[in-house]
Amino acid sequence: MAFEPKIIGFLCNWCSYTGADLAGVSRIKSAPNVRIIRTMCSGRVDPAFILKAFQLGADGVIVMGCHLGDCHYQEGNYKTIRRLPFLRRLVKGFGIDPRRLRLEWVSASEGDKFALLVNEMTEEIRSLGPLKLSVHHEIQQPVAHH
Amino acid sequence: MAKPKLGLYWAASCGGCEIAVLDIHEKILDVAAAFDIVFWPVALDFKYSDVRAMEDKSIDLCLFNGSIRNSENAEIAHMMRAKSKVLVAFGSCALEGGIPGLANLTTKDAIWNYVYKESPSTVTKNGGTYPQTHSMMPEGSIDIPEMWETVKSLDQVVDVDYYVPGCPPQPEQIWGVIEYILSGKPLPAKGAVLGATDKTCCDECLRERKEKKLKKFFRPFEIQTDPNECLLDQGIVCMGPATRSGCGALCTKANVPCRGCYGPPPNVTDQGAKMVSALSSIIDAQDPQEIESILDQIVDPMGTFYRFSLAHSILRRVEKS
Amino acid sequence: MVTINIDGKSVEVLEETTILKAAEQAGVWIPTMCHSEHLEPYGVCRLCSVEVVRGKRSRIVTACNFPVRGGMTIHTNSKKVQWLRQVIMELMLSRWPRVRVVKEMAERLAVKEPRFPSLERDEAEDACILCGMCVNMCNDVVKAGVLGFAHSGIKREVVLPFDERSDSCIVCGACAHVCPTGHIKVILEDYRGKKPEFTLGPKTPIYVPTLQAVPRVPVIDAESCIHFETGGCEICAKVCEPNAIDYSMQDEIVEIEVGQVLVSTGFDLFDASAMAQYGYGRLDNVYSSLEFESILNSTGPTGGKIVMKSGKEPKAVGIIHCIGSRDTNHHAYCSRVCCMYALKFAHLVRDRTDAAIYQFYIDMRAFGKGYEEFYNRLLDEGVTMIRGKAAEVVEGCWQGNGEPSLKIRCEDTLIGKFREVPVDMVVLCNAIEPRRDSDAVRRLFSISKSPDGFFLERHPKLDPTSTATEGVFIAGCAQGPKDIPDTVAQAGSAAARILSVIAKGEVEIEPVRAMVQEEYCSGCKICNNLCPYIAIEFLEEKKVSHVNEALCKGCGTCVAACPSSAMTGHGFTDAQILAELDGLMI
Repeated sequence: MAFEPKIIGFLCNWCSYTGADLAGVSRIKSAPNVRIIRTMCSGRVDPAFILKAFQLGADGVIVMGCHLGDCHYQEGNYKTIRRLPFLRRLVKGFGIDPRRLRLEWVSASEGDKFALLVNEMTEEIRSLGPLKLSVHHEIQQPVAHH
Repeated sequence: MAKPKLGLYWAASCGGCEIAVLDIHEKILDVAAAFDIVFWPVALDFKYSDVRAMEDKSIDLCLFNGSIRNSENAEIAHMMRAKSKVLVAFGSCALEGGIPGLANLTTKDAIWNYVYKESPSTVTKNGGTYPQTHSMMPEGSIDIPEMWETVKSLDQVVDVDYYVPGCPPQPEQIWGVIEYILSGKPLPAKGAVLGATDKTCCDECLRERKEKKLKKFFRPFEIQTDPNECLLDQGIVCMGPATRSGCGALCTKANVPCRGCYGPPPNVTDQGAKMVSALSSIIDAQDPQEIESILDQIVDPMGTFYRFSLAHSILRRVEKS
Repeated sequence: MVTINIDGKSVEVLEETTILKAAEQAGVWIPTMCHSEHLEPYGVCRLCSVEVVRGKRSRIVTACNFPVRGGMTIHTNSKKVQWLRQVIMELMLSRWPRVRVVKEMAERLAVKEPRFPSLERDEAEDACILCGMCVNMCNDVVKAGVLGFAHSGIKREVVLPFDERSDSCIVCGACAHVCPTGHIKVILEDYRGKKPEFTLGPKTPIYVPTLQAVPRVPVIDAESCIHFETGGCEICAKVCEPNAIDYSMQDEIVEIEVGQVLVSTGFDLFDASAMAQYGYGRLDNVYSSLEFESILNSTGPTGGKIVMKSGKEPKAVGIIHCIGSRDTNHHAYCSRVCCMYALKFAHLVRDRTDAAIYQFYIDMRAFGKGYEEFYNRLLDEGVTMIRGKAAEVVEGCWQGNGEPSLKIRCEDTLIGKFREVPVDMVVLCNAIEPRRDSDAVRRLFSISKSPDGFFLERHPKLDPTSTATEGVFIAGCAQGPKDIPDTVAQAGSAAARILSVIAKGEVEIEPVRAMVQEEYCSGCKICNNLCPYIAIEFLEEKKVSHVNEALCKGCGTCVAACPSSAMTGHGFTDAQILAELDGLMI
């Protein structure tokens, strides 16, 4: 079977999730590969969630938030622009291609941008191929294997 | 009434945990008096076969230190699990891989290549040789344990009842645990962390803390730190906020930042990710370039944030490429 | 009060009233050439000379500045006065034989040819007659002190200092206003009156902001009012009987605490000069819809008359739909109101003029109650409907008389032909667009906008008046183009929503809140600085952080930041999100 990337999207409630909703309401076609988790703010996205997504088999993670200056909570996304680059260093450290972790700003009005990013990310991950981590193997067959 | 039976084992670790047990000083005599020590390779001459011959669950308490690095570590872990009523992951290595776990940053091949071939002190003949698990000698065959690709914590290999963190666990904490078990009080729920608290290192640290905003990170040798002020406030990456307390904040008392040996506090799954999240929250910059240049000041993030917990972190090891 | 006798009429007037005013009260006309009610009497033209009789004594005085006394008898038309006026008038006429106001006065006083030789100066009919009203206005009323007299005798003239354009001149136009001959002209671009909204004639510094203003009272534009420049004038205060003019009022910034806000900031009109092909701002008689609305208004600059710049009635009017809307180069959306107001325009033009009317439309969207019926009525009224977007408006002329006109070029898609339609006036139906400061307003209230730039409602069908921000509602064109019935309906709905919260007396807030599990918090103080709402306080005695749940808005930044995971929340907890992740990865 052809490789279908599994991508986890963490979307902020006010801009990006609404933008994704708009994409749907506007019947904009986009790849079905991004599985969305809504958080109130992109600032809520704990780096551990992203690592956990990779551990559980995600081939990519995309975090979307309000444009800088537009945060519903004033400055939540400013924490995100520091967390994600920092986390990207760890992700790289774990030997994962940093292109598998993306941070983008999507406003409530940018349904088309949401669809575009989803398609772009899906294609990029498709070209990178599945993310293979030894931890996948260990988690599936945990204790007393050796 | 027979004395309860005690076993101690040293897997892949430096042995500091064994020394720590002795660091309870004369109380070791109370331990010897209270327990019938049935297995302690570092101090007493027992053979694996002696233990193997014992009945399952015949050892009351086993303090197992060290991570699981090779087939021998794993074999003994399984054996001790079977023979012990209570198996305790003792010390950082058993708990979360510890320093040996940092080997997960690279591969077995790379390590062997360096150790047996490329390190400057190695003299090789015919391009060098790697240890063989099975070799034939005139006198017969020799088997040595197989080194694993990935270092594991004890609980990734066998079922663990309790955890005692620390590199090494502090003697008073060790005595506390032993005393508790000797007291005959009902044992805590399985999976409990003993010899530590639910708070973080900051709770025991006496330094004055402020609300944080950081523009620059320093390595400890780069600045003269104020002995009364929070090291993190001064720009030193201190793992204290994301490290379980119990050590008495020894390191910060000695003007050295916490390195995180007591492992993540309860509810935290990934010590490194948590620390990254916390630190990035307090960096005082909004411009992506400035942020990158501040992050550049943290040398070796993997080794800093996962110094003890890599093997037990969410992703456990670096992907072999 | 004193009683006096003017030309045999007995009148009771206030003491110290001038004879001129007393005569006015008695209904007796006295000619004047240098008098204005806003100026102190100057008495220079002498034309108002009258004969005053007291007892046996009779004397000639100027009526404009001579106060009455009790028992005075005044003759305004005695032989002596008539003779004197004739001489004065003859002198003026010989001095300014061509000036219109002088000629008119002479005619009124039955003075024909002056007996004095004419100075034979080549003067215009609006030449200066040295009445001095402008000088007095400038110095005594406006207090700008710019105008003055120079020289004497026949060389006397009104001048600016050093005969140069003066920096002291505030270009108030008062001199021109008072000039009887029209000698002084104000060039419009220098006019300091409030900039008119639609460049259809000046407004004064004191004006009623809009016809629908509540309260409907005039305001003074301090930036253009003479009084605020020179301290002079105060004419409005003098003429205001209820003494309502208060120059000491200051701008006030009033802070009002409210719990809910209805944002109904309206729209901007698309600037049609961005579409050069329609000639807006370049060609005369091309108007935006709002300008045309103003022309139609009975209190507008033309009093509701539909006239061209030349003052003539147009022979044909073209109304072009969809200027900037339904146009991917500008706004893709339909502005919704244009079709119907275009029909209204056509109806009113038909009602008030004999002009031919052409509507250039893409589609007629008569979507509301009674609208389709109105459209059919217009068709019966003989409005020409041309289906096709007008391509451009160019200058042309009428066949026959060659008078200048405009030509609208378009493709009539119903007959499949290219057409050029001559018209005198073009009305553009400009798109409704978001206000230019809508981004600032949006940030102020933490609300979003939809792709078209209008404010975003919480749900397009189920919640069209509220926004993502609790307590902030939207209505009207701020939310999207809509007509008056829709706006009223939406605003009513928003008001009801607001009132329902007020009536309830308490506010329900989202349950998503952060909280500290004190047993895990060690007071590292990483979270304390993060909260934009200052909801995280540090309890010194316990050495732990604490979240004020009333201030917390539940963003969760602190939860992600807490290195010991002591910070957690109601909703969106780590466990919940990780469980979601688990579920998603199947």
